[in-house]
Amino acid sequence: MNRHARARNRAGVWATGFLATGLLGLACVLPGFARAAAPADLDDRVREIASELRCVVCQNLSVADSPSDLAKEMRNLVREMVQQGKSPKEIQDYFVSRYGEFVLLSPPKRGFNLLVWVLPFLAIGLGAGVIYLVVRRWTESSVAGRPPVDPAYAERVRRELEEREGR
Amino acid sequence: MISTLGHFVLFLGLGVSLYAMAAAVYGARAGREDWLASSRNAVLALLCLITAALFLLEYALITSDFSVLYVANNSTRGSLTRYKIAGLWGSLEGSLLLWAWLQALFSALVVAHHSDRHRSVLPYAQAVLLGITAFFLLVMTFAVNPFAALVPAPLDGRGLNPLLEVTDMLVHPLLLYLGYVGFSVPFAFAMAALITGHLSEEWLKITRHWTVVAWLFLTGGIFYGGWWSYRTLGWGGYWAWDPVENASFMPWLIATAFIHSVMIQERKRMLKVWNLLLVTLTFVLVIFGTFLTRSGILGSVHAFSDGPVGVLFLGFLALVLLFSLGLIAYRADRLKSHGEMDSIVSRESAFLLNNVLLVGICFTVLLGTVFPLLTEAIRGAKISVGTPYFNRVSVPLGLALLLLMGIGPLIAWGRASLNNLRRNFLAPAIVAVAGAALLFALGVRQAEALLVFLCGFFVIGTILFEFIMATRTRVRTTGESLLAAFAVLLLKSRRRYGGLIVHLGVVIAIIGIAMSSIYKVEREATLKPNERMEIGPYAIELKELNAGEQPTHVLVWATLTVFRDGKPLIELRPGQRFYPNQQTPFASVDARYGWDEDLYTILSTFERDGSSATIKALINPMIAWIWIGGCLIVLGVIVAVLPERRLALLALRVKAQVA
Amino acid sequence: MTWKKLLIPLASVPVILLLAYGFWTDPKAIPSPLIQKAAPDFRLADFEGKELSLAGLKGTPVVLNFWASWCYPACYEEAPLLESTWRKYKEQGLIMLGVDIQDKEPDAREFIKRFSFTFPNGPDPGSKVSIDYGVYGVPETFFIDRQGRIAYKHVGALSPVLVEEQVQALLKGR
Repeated sequence: MNRHARARNRAGVWATGFLATGLLGLACVLPGFARAAAPADLDDRVREIASELRCVVCQNLSVADSPSDLAKEMRNLVREMVQQGKSPKEIQDYFVSRYGEFVLLSPPKRGFNLLVWVLPFLAIGLGAGVIYLVVRRWTESSVAGRPPVDPAYAERVRRELEEREGR
Repeated sequence: MISTLGHFVLFLGLGVSLYAMAAAVYGARAGREDWLASSRNAVLALLCLITAALFLLEYALITSDFSVLYVANNSTRGSLTRYKIAGLWGSLEGSLLLWAWLQALFSALVVAHHSDRHRSVLPYAQAVLLGITAFFLLVMTFAVNPFAALVPAPLDGRGLNPLLEVTDMLVHPLLLYLGYVGFSVPFAFAMAALITGHLSEEWLKITRHWTVVAWLFLTGGIFYGGWWSYRTLGWGGYWAWDPVENASFMPWLIATAFIHSVMIQERKRMLKVWNLLLVTLTFVLVIFGTFLTRSGILGSVHAFSDGPVGVLFLGFLALVLLFSLGLIAYRADRLKSHGEMDSIVSRESAFLLNNVLLVGICFTVLLGTVFPLLTEAIRGAKISVGTPYFNRVSVPLGLALLLLMGIGPLIAWGRASLNNLRRNFLAPAIVAVAGAALLFALGVRQAEALLVFLCGFFVIGTILFEFIMATRTRVRTTGESLLAAFAVLLLKSRRRYGGLIVHLGVVIAIIGIAMSSIYKVEREATLKPNERMEIGPYAIELKELNAGEQPTHVLVWATLTVFRDGKPLIELRPGQRFYPNQQTPFASVDARYGWDEDLYTILSTFERDGSSATIKALINPMIAWIWIGGCLIVLGVIVAVLPERRLALLALRVKAQVA
Repeated sequence: MTWKKLLIPLASVPVILLLAYGFWTDPKAIPSPLIQKAAPDFRLADFEGKELSLAGLKGTPVVLNFWASWCYPACYEEAPLLESTWRKYKEQGLIMLGVDIQDKEPDAREFIKRFSFTFPNGPDPGSKVSIDYGVYGVPETFFIDRQGRIAYKHVGALSPVLVEEQVQALLKGR
């Protein structure tokens, strides 16, 4: 195929791809963001605070999610406290003073608890660092033992191979 | 009668498994083929014995023989037959029997399939599998006997927990167990390779299909569990980061890492130690999961535990860890490979990064799950680590992984040239940025949502471009029709394209997860009849409250009329079910499930005289896409593991039909 | 095998030990932060219509019990013990109060009649008092000393030995 046909073909592929991805994407999105614009009202604020509190009579559910009666009363209490103007921290502190740290679903970021917040990112950073060092060692060792190849020739070979395979 | 017989069969099975294990090891070490043959026969005998035990317990369940304690605890005379059958895995003892049976079945399959080849490693792999089976038989024979007798036999049983008497119970546990037990096979072969010192890529090739199929079942089981939880439990969610849920997620993460890094070892013979560690860790986490479920040390909705079982499982976990890690350490020298890579910018690097992220997420989940225990041990305080923590920490990691999913499949092996990068990624990157910008213009402002879409569009873009370009090229060169070219492409490079379909499924599921949590709307209101509440574009009116008797329970339900834009849309009937033996009622959810969003209603509380009801309504945007993504993943794996001969025939037939 | 290699399998030992520690803990037992702190005040109307409040009771030991008619079997087991303890110690200056949580009035009255409760009992609308006391199940009993501090909290059905011990301690205290 000559160069012009190839270029046209490429443009056609781009256009098709663009269109397909765009349509798929929009189909995903349109209903969802319709709700994005609503501002946070009382219910949302209550929900936010309640979702950080643990339902003490269930296993692992938050006060916001739990269908139990006590959770419903706790939600009502949170609503009252929000209406009285208490801040989320004050409401949380109240529940902690009655039920202990246990009632917070997310460990507060201080003291010993910092371990659970920091270690994951530390571990990943360490892992990525190790990979970098190891890969560097591996690439250096491989380059060292090879005869030099003419880069232009290598590129031409690669291009021809790819065209032959049809990619 | 069944009690004694069943217990005896299990005891016999324990003996046979121990014999088979010893015979296999002796036969391998002494080079005695007759012992090896005897061991293989013993495996088949073991399968027959455990099958017999399984049938006995099922027979007792189906005929409602309440002289067996397990039957009395897990079924009632009035249950439907299929739930009597499902009662087998309804609680601890029976689930152990099911596990042991699957373990014996897989051992027999391995022996049958591999007895002509891989002679050197097979006996040891066999021995490891038999050892695992023997452990489960040991727990059943000496600690928690599924055939324990109940004297005097009661007239009727206590029955399965009503939450479990649903069709889902017939599917979810089986899928998970198939996955869990499936992972013991690659583990066994890895151990065998370490023991024999035959550390080439042989064990990887043998077990690749086992690993992928086990991964398929585990993935299916996890998605199905979420779907079941969402439709039935009545809190509107599908994943609670419950310790037992986490215990199924962790082996899944490591197995995914393993499936990817195995591809590097196949091509470059590198990362041998790492792959052995990964397959060991997968199995260890499976055992850790069953330990958590059965020991009761971390409270969970899924846990069923009983006395000494926890200690036994912890002991087994310790044994497996020390044995496997010890073996790896012992052979560490032999495993050192001359690592060589051409360039940092390559698919190898992408896979390594994939591994770091997946293992990192697994570490995070593990840390979060055991942190309360650690805190209690060190500080003496009781704390909770729940959904807000897990979401906050895993979201950034998940996004990074999402991005990597787009880059990995298209970046070149070895050395990725600038040309290669430009050709494969420029277009999807442009689409991603354009798409995100469009969304921003249309009103999406949440940072997390935009990021998910940016990365998601990128990945979808890379996959679609790959499919489109390859199909067009094929059409150009062979003149086949578009559909035929696509089909043949799928069938010829099924691993690659199956993998791409899996990635597509994952992206769609992630978009579903992100949208349904970021844009979830929730409202709770107490309504009198003919009163309305508003949620999003809907208005929900309470028509009336009713109560009625069903065969097994009393049902109280609210009839709701849902209006959208002033016009009635649908009637929903959320309710509560009151069972005679249960203290609290179970929710009966009713929802309008849609492609774009779900409107989910729950009856929270109500007045006995029907004067008012508290209704909780949720809008979950795009939550169906999670289940669609799950189906795509399953489809992709099926494409990837289609057997070679059959697909070649299929390809020929497709070509012939189209020509 | 060098000691360095041994490190790999040994690394798993701390994890095993931590999990083993788990057998000694009870995931359902939550320690209360209110022990030795001032008992929160409350105002309830009891089933007779009279007001129950903690404020006016300073100087007297109080046993505060949370129960419910649907709490079977624990509340039913301890109910006779509550009544008998009340009758035994009321002359000595002990006050006993019952709070009925998340219940229906007819059922509650039935419960009171069944066990012939003569000490004051009141419902807790909205569960405010229960939440104020960090109650997460029934029955729960708080032993409050003369200075209005919570000396001891018991979760679950009471036993005669325990009640005797705690009440004696309350009465002896300043």
